[in-house]
Amino acid sequence: MTTTASPPGRKIASAPPGLWQATTALVRKDFAHEVRTRQTVPAMALFSVTVFVLFHFGLARDTIAGSLASGVLWVTLLLAAVVGVTRLFAAEREGAGEGLLLAPIDRTAIYIAKASALLLYLALLEVVALPAFALLLAPGLGDALPDLLAVLALADVGVAAIGALVAGLAAEARAREVIVPLMLLPLLVPVLIAAANASRPLLEAHAHAAGLAKWLGLIGLYDVVFILVAVAVFDYLLED
Amino acid sequence: MALAFFYAPLDRDQGVIQKIFYIHVPLAIVSLCGFVAGGVMAIRHLRSGDRSWDMRSYVAVHLSIVFAVGTLVTGSIWAKASWGHWWVWSEPVLVSFLIVFLLYCCYQPLRFSIEDPERQARYASVFAITAGAFVPVNFLAVRLATQHVHPRVLSQSGSLPGPMLLTFLVSLAGVALLWMTLWKLEITLKASRMSLKRLRAQLEAPDEVDLSVPEVAIR
Repeated sequence: MTTTASPPGRKIASAPPGLWQATTALVRKDFAHEVRTRQTVPAMALFSVTVFVLFHFGLARDTIAGSLASGVLWVTLLLAAVVGVTRLFAAEREGAGEGLLLAPIDRTAIYIAKASALLLYLALLEVVALPAFALLLAPGLGDALPDLLAVLALADVGVAAIGALVAGLAAEARAREVIVPLMLLPLLVPVLIAAANASRPLLEAHAHAAGLAKWLGLIGLYDVVFILVAVAVFDYLLED
Repeated sequence: MALAFFYAPLDRDQGVIQKIFYIHVPLAIVSLCGFVAGGVMAIRHLRSGDRSWDMRSYVAVHLSIVFAVGTLVTGSIWAKASWGHWWVWSEPVLVSFLIVFLLYCCYQPLRFSIEDPERQARYASVFAITAGAFVPVNFLAVRLATQHVHPRVLSQSGSLPGPMLLTFLVSLAGVALLWMTLWKLEITLKASRMSLKRLRAQLEAPDEVDLSVPEVAIR
């Protein structure tokens, strides 16, 4: 990976870009990089399908519903998220980090951009994982799809917020591949508790929503707390 | 300790095993407070850039992990005695404690896998702050998800008979003092080791050592 210098002839802005501008530019950069290299999202999607197959044999069940289904779905998604988080700062570690740090932008923009990129990856992952889950294990999934999508969206925000922070924390560590899952998974336990409890009735044979507001509220609280914490502390990871 | 053994009356249902309560609950409370205190010290480190606060935070987290092991072991013994199982998933405090413990187990591997000491201090502080914020959120989530089997000592301390309450408070103060003593001891030890190292380096190569580096404050 090399950092791309701005092509000759392009005007260089005199004032440093604002937070929003910098963030969108960084997200576009990450996304373009992902489209070109296809290193993260396909791996996450493939991983999730593999885990579904593993669960099929591990549980010796052709179809699952209720608490089993929500447990399998959420554990799989969180493990696939670990794959994404491990790769989140890959380009920066391979040399692009210097360029990123030299850019005259607010450090918070880097965090927001990384979290947004991760959120995007998670959404793409679910576009593959959810139909695969319905096809392979839970044929009754379609009944409560809107509610389930709401749970997924809120939980993804939490996973992205904490995932980007953990990715930044582990980026400098030698045993990165070990540190990321060990640190990320305990931190995600509240998300798992709330999301699995919220989706359990949605995945029953007769789908119904029960206690949805309480669990969505809990995920929302988690999202807010950790976005604030991450924005407050992320700057210190990039100081050099 | 003597109070716990000879003064406090035996619990009617649980008998002598109930006495483990006087060590288990203070250990749990002190180690959780230690984790949060580690987070607060980490905030001070990042705010001031003073490395000695990072060392205090490190020692706080490190000691709290040791206390947390004690909590899990004593809690497990107590659970076996009073509920008949070594581990009870349906009680929120034990479960959330385990999750917090698992999270903090990463602190040391993370810290020591970063080589640059200045960066190590910053990263460890960021971790301590995040994990400190995680402690209450996690307790809330686990509590919402489980039924209440655990004796809720703090919310109903009025229900403890006087001598028991007194013994409990004395044990709590004792364990807290133990934590603080160990904390100070380790800080002093680390600080003196650092100044020894600096002095030795100075002896060996008197010209190369930057004398302007301030000593780490010994409290």
